[in-house]
Formats: sequence, structure tokens, C-alpha cells
Amino acid sequence: MKTLSPTRQALNYTALTVITVFMLLPFVWVFFGSFKTQAEFLGNLGAWFPESFQIDNYIQLFADRGFGTYMLNSVVVSGVAIVGNVLFSAMAGYALAKLRFRGRGFVFPLVIASMIVPYVALFVPQFVIVVQMGLVNSLIAIILPVLVLPLCVFIMRQFAHGVPFELMEAARLDGAGEGKIFFRVFLPLTGPGLATVAILSFLTSWNNFLWPLVVAQSQDTYTAPVGLSVASQASNTVSFGLLLAGAMVVLLPILILFLFLQKYFIQGVAATGLK
Amino acid sequence: MSTSATRTVVTSGAPARRPRGARKVHEGSRAEATTAWLFLAPFLAIFLLFTGIPAVLAISASLTDISARDIRDPFNVNFTGIQGFIDIINNPGFQGAFLNTVMFVVICVPISMALGLGLALMLNNGIRRLKNFFRAAAYVPVITNIVAAAVIWQYAFSITGPVNTTLGDLGLPEPNWLGEPGWAVTTVVMMGVWRTTGTCMILFLAGLQAVPEEIYEAASTDGAGAWRRLWSITLPLLRPTTLLVTVLQTVSFLNIFEEPYLLTKGGPLGSTKSIAVWVYEQFGFGNVSASMAGSVLLLLLVGIVAIVQFRILRPKH
Repeated sequence: MKTLSPTRQALNYTALTVITVFMLLPFVWVFFGSFKTQAEFLGNLGAWFPESFQIDNYIQLFADRGFGTYMLNSVVVSGVAIVGNVLFSAMAGYALAKLRFRGRGFVFPLVIASMIVPYVALFVPQFVIVVQMGLVNSLIAIILPVLVLPLCVFIMRQFAHGVPFELMEAARLDGAGEGKIFFRVFLPLTGPGLATVAILSFLTSWNNFLWPLVVAQSQDTYTAPVGLSVASQASNTVSFGLLLAGAMVVLLPILILFLFLQKYFIQGVAATGLK
Repeated sequence: MSTSATRTVVTSGAPARRPRGARKVHEGSRAEATTAWLFLAPFLAIFLLFTGIPAVLAISASLTDISARDIRDPFNVNFTGIQGFIDIINNPGFQGAFLNTVMFVVICVPISMALGLGLALMLNNGIRRLKNFFRAAAYVPVITNIVAAAVIWQYAFSITGPVNTTLGDLGLPEPNWLGEPGWAVTTVVMMGVWRTTGTCMILFLAGLQAVPEEIYEAASTDGAGAWRRLWSITLPLLRPTTLLVTVLQTVSFLNIFEEPYLLTKGGPLGSTKSIAVWVYEQFGFGNVSASMAGSVLLLLLVGIVAIVQFRILRPKH
């Protein structure tokens, strides 16, 4: 650190500021754009800032465009996905890292291999399966594929490796059942892992787009991204103002969580680099 | 990996000399195995239903003449072998999509990695204040909802939108970002780089934190300049991270779908149509078998490229 000259630091700050401006510009456009009125978009599409802050776009979004339902669907889907991933990936990670059984070595490579399968290869067969199960156009169908993500199992397995075997052996000798050992001994020691999994499953389910687009076939099962994308397909009848307000509404929950829980967002990415 | 006493005994003991009961320890008791499978059951059920079986079905379907009519009765189709693959390899649309995908990989992977590495180096020990702010700013695009992002880009880069207004004010040309093949590719590339640079940065930062500070101090004492230290110390020590990021980024851009699909629908004139977009389009047209054959080829491509990269970039010792 002592070798860092003021000139070098100044250069670094300049470079970082330039990159940061480009990274954040889209958020500037969407925030200010969402307050421009219909007339402003027609008259002066290129203006960066609204003449005054009008919330008409937001009102219309929820009152006329069904975004209340879409947002509620998104919240339900993400909520169930978070609970499912936290519980089921902790169970699976615990079994893979801490229990000894025949077949353990076979399960894990399969999970890793599956993570490189292109999603476009899977959605058609997934759709066929959901049709056979009679679940098309239901929130259940939207949730099921993201209920336990292989990446979350991978992360929980990493965290489970950090929990000492001795604690569980001790509990076993004290006569505790396997369920009790998992809930009382193991789970309390994996808090940061569970938080990382919760954030990652929130992001995946909230941002999930292609699958809900295929499965949700009427407006009462649209999630917010599907509603937004369908509206943007009809962009000759829907103004940019509405679309940008919709984009703001979809982005806001992610940005607010990121502001407070940045650490766990970043851990999710770093986890893919763990070995 | 931490190894408990029992595990050490088991892994080092030869089977013939194992004391009574050691086998039990090795594989766990039957009760332990039952617990394990019960704990794995929810995950395995979802995994088989939505990944395992679909992967098998996709490969099977690519060897048949399945079309949209057959979706409700998927077993009533004819086996056609590798004819489907031969057909799409000779299909100019698929060939174009293949070339576009390779182009996205070749352009986006180096740019996003260079930017991510540069950011990581500057954040790791190039500045003293505001590190968390800069890191967060570069990372936000990664978690941004892609549909929302596409709406924003369509607005900002429309022909009379904010970007062109500013370019015009500066006396610069105002390109048709989304409407002309070359510029559409540029816009999709910019969005792809914008969305993935943060991931590269985080992974490089994690790699840099494992490089011990003392090595630099020793090198500085020996008179090595900043560039010299970067080339001779940092980059060689980052090799495992670079390998990981290269593979992850390549796989992610081989699969590129949302950016071109949402921004340009693969147009204009198919200039931004990736393999994944082509596959999705064929499904929409009802050509399910062609769609499946395309996705299986994409899977093979991803697998082969990942393996080759691991072989080439793996540490040499």
C-alpha cells in the first residue's frame, strides 16, 4: 500500500468514476423517465429529465394494467421459493456433506454437470411434464422448477463442510434423533449460508422470465416480469412511460434488498468460485 | 477439508484388516443412509422432474420428428435418428445463429473479463476510500431484472431517445442502435458486458485476496515496477481464477438468450440471433424436433468448449 502514489490513486479514481457512471446510467434513465408524461414522450422522447414529477404512469400501471396482481404473484412465487430453497437445500447439503451413505459420490457430480445444461434445452420437456401433470397456467407450475436450485444445494454443501462432525456425533451419543440434530445443532450454525441461499433464490425466482412466460397463459398468473414483457411487446399501444414505471416497480424490491444485504448477494456469486 | 478421527481410520485402513464394525462406519449405519435419502428426497424429486428427465427427453426428442401437435401425446412420434441434426446443420438459419453466438463469445468474454479484472485490481489495492461504493455500482447490473433492463435500453437507445439526443448535442453521429445490423450487435454486446462485468470483478477480487501481500513487498524491494508485478506475479497467481472466469463467461455467452431476444428479437435481419434464440423461435413455429436438436447441439458445444478450456488453461504442474 505504501507504494501507492497520489497520481496513481487519482488515475484509478478517474477510471472507476467513468466506469461507474456507465454502469449506473440505465438506472438514471429509468428513474427520471418513469415520471415523464405521455405528452412528453410524444413531444420529446430524448429528454433525460421530466418537466415535473408526475406519478400518472404508476397510477395507471396499478389501476388499469393489472400490475397489482402481477406483483402479488411475484411475491408469492418468490416467497415460496425462498422457504423451499432454504429448507430443502439445507437438508440436501447436510446429507451430502455430513451423512455417510452409499451413492453419495454419485449425486454430487450429477448436480454439477446439470448446471451447464442450457436452459433452452429444458423448457420444452418441462412444459410437456407440466401439461401431463395438469398444472399449466398455475403459480405452482411457475414455482416448482425453482423450489430447490442445484446452486443452492451446492452452496449449502460448502457451508455444511465447515460444521465440525464432532458436534453432531456428540448430539447422537446424547441420544438426539436425526431430525433434532439437523434442526437444533446443524441449522443454527449455518446462518450465513442460509442467508446467501435466501437471497440467491429470491433473485432467481423474482427475475425468472422464460419459464413463467411459457407457463403463465392468462393475466391472473402473470408474474411482474411477464406482465412487463407482454406490455412491451404491444409497445405501439403502451407508452414508454408506463413501461419505465413498470421497470421501476420490478427493480425496486431487488435494489432495496441489495442496499441492505449486499454481502449475501455477493457471497452467492463468490460461492460459484469456491472449490 | 476437515477430517474427523473416524474418517481417517476408514480411509487409510485396507479392507482386509478392518476391525469389526469399520464397514459400518465407512458407509454409515443403515439408519444414517435412510436419513440421508429422506433429506435428499425433496431436492432429488424436483431435480429429476425438472432437470434429469427433461434432459433425457430433450435428447430423445431430438432423434424424432416431434412437432407441436404431439405435445399432449409425446410418445406417438417417429424415430428419425440423427437426421434432425443433419437437417439443422445444413440450415442457413442455424448456421447464422451459430456464427452470431461465436461472435458474441469472442467479443463479450474478453471485454467483460478485462473490465472485471481492471476493476478488481483497482479496488483491491489501487484506492483507499469508496471501495464498497464502486464495487456495489459495478455489481448492480448483475442482479438487475433483465426484462426491466431491456425496457430501459429500448427507451434509451431508440432513434430519438436520450442517448442519441446527447450524442447530437455533442455534434456526434446518431446511430440507429436497434435498427441496423451492425449497431444492433453493438447494443447487445454492450448490454451483455454491462450485465456480466460485475460477476467477473467479484470472482477476480476473491482470487486477488488469496495473493499474499508479502510477495508484492518482496518484489518492490527488488525494484519491480507496477506493470512488472502485474505480469510476473499477479496474473500467474490468478491463473486458477482466470480459468474459472473464462469458463463461466464462455458458457454464459454461448447460452446468450435474453439480451438479443428482448432487445431486438434476434433482428434486424437475424444479425443478433443466437443459437438459444433460434431454438426458442423453432419451438414457437412448432418445429419441436428441430428446436430440441438445436438445444442438444448447444449442450454439446458448451460441454466441449468447457472441457477444452479446462485442458488448455489448467495449471501445468
